[in-house]
Amino acid sequence: MSGLKVTGLSHAWGAKKALDDVSLSVEPGRFCALLGPNGAGKSTLFGLLTGLFASRTGRIEIAGQDMARHPRAALARMGVVFQQPTIDLDLTVRRNMLYFAALHGITGAEAGRRADAALDRLGMAERAGEVARALNGGHRRRMEIARALMHGPSVLLLDEPTVGLDAGTRRALTDHVHGLADEGLTVLWATHLTDEVHPGDRLVVLHRGRVLADGLAGEIGGADLTERFLEMTGAAA
Amino acid sequence: MKHAFAALFAIAHREALRFLGQKGRLVAAIVRPLVWLVVFAAGFRAALGLSIQPPYQTYIQYETYIVPGLCGMILLFNGMQSSLSLVYDREMGSMRLLLTAPLPRWWLLACKLMAGSVISVLQALVFLAIAAAYGVSVPWFGYLAVIPALFVAALMLGALGLMLSSFIRQLENFAGVMNFVIFPMFFLSTALYPLWKMAEASPLLHDICALNPFSHGVELIRFALYGQLAPVSLAVVLGALAVFGAAAVWGYDPARGMTARKA
Repeated sequence: MSGLKVTGLSHAWGAKKALDDVSLSVEPGRFCALLGPNGAGKSTLFGLLTGLFASRTGRIEIAGQDMARHPRAALARMGVVFQQPTIDLDLTVRRNMLYFAALHGITGAEAGRRADAALDRLGMAERAGEVARALNGGHRRRMEIARALMHGPSVLLLDEPTVGLDAGTRRALTDHVHGLADEGLTVLWATHLTDEVHPGDRLVVLHRGRVLADGLAGEIGGADLTERFLEMTGAAA
Repeated sequence: MKHAFAALFAIAHREALRFLGQKGRLVAAIVRPLVWLVVFAAGFRAALGLSIQPPYQTYIQYETYIVPGLCGMILLFNGMQSSLSLVYDREMGSMRLLLTAPLPRWWLLACKLMAGSVISVLQALVFLAIAAAYGVSVPWFGYLAVIPALFVAALMLGALGLMLSSFIRQLENFAGVMNFVIFPMFFLSTALYPLWKMAEASPLLHDICALNPFSHGVELIRFALYGQLAPVSLAVVLGALAVFGAAAVWGYDPARGMTARKA
């Protein structure tokens, strides 16, 4: 069984091909970095993975559940952190968490317990009562990650989660999510920043809708992943 | 089942919290029809004579005539506004959060629709109470009978907004649609003038008004305020609800609809 499996996925926006025969598979408990420059097709891939839209070609399996045939089973096993913030700024952190829990069928005392545990894990427990607007960018992201884990998913998808954050916060978040993978969560982390990729990570390089490289980050990148990445995407341009 | 209702409750709760947070929206929603009632109707009373027509059993003041239309106005604005918030939500990402919940998409949209409609109905009831204090009242049982009528009309107009929101990508476009949807719907209806008055002016206008589903929403409310059922209007409103609702579900379908088109 695979944590996340994509086979032969293509998608076009009108005449423009955003994804061209993309296949990738991430084993359970792996951190997979999806590296690609802007416009590589990362967000299109996330849209398809989360079922916001569907493609006629290709297949997506989340924790063994086919996205086309059993979308709800697949969604129930998936936690998502979108690139754009998805927070109700005028509601408290806790209220945001409870809203999400209810959407996933978790209510009452159980929802409260899970919200507290998830916030505590991300070091956000003391902020539960604050209005989300009062949080800084890093804390908002942390809240979204905590929220995405509330229903105990086995796959976590993050679409450029560190956009707009300072270096320290970026590092802390990246490390934290690597830790989650060590605990057994399957992670797909989309980014265009090579310093967020650890040498031991699984790495998929996406460029112009195609998979350019797929393997161990340390092996693909060699001595300098940044140089290698620029070389690959520059050469293909 | 339990999951579906938990989501419904959460969506309604969120909608209510957001609504209460936007005090300006509540004030605007109530003041707008009150201005029409107090200023416009007073001026118009002299210009427009109304004869006896069902459900009224006597000559009525113009204020009495337009109260159901103004209830419809509240529902119309609110239906458009909650779908405006949908377009905004989608741009802000909250719509994504909603649509990735492991529930059937049509149910998630229905929850959103029902939550918005409850808020609309409450606003219309507040308006009716203020209108009563101003001196325009109906029999007491009318206030009960009107609740389901308001709800059905609110669902229809909310579904219309939902449908439009699935086909419109940007807020700017939506402002245009407000002008092309809200104003024609409101003015080419029985909200401000009865059908026979329209017929005197132009048979074409009369026909448009008679076909406008908003007219039927208003008539449904008008008759309900006097404890009567307008069966044709009810049928038209339910039919329009079904059409708008189906189009909205189609629009939000991941494989076919407009979400498959990039901004």
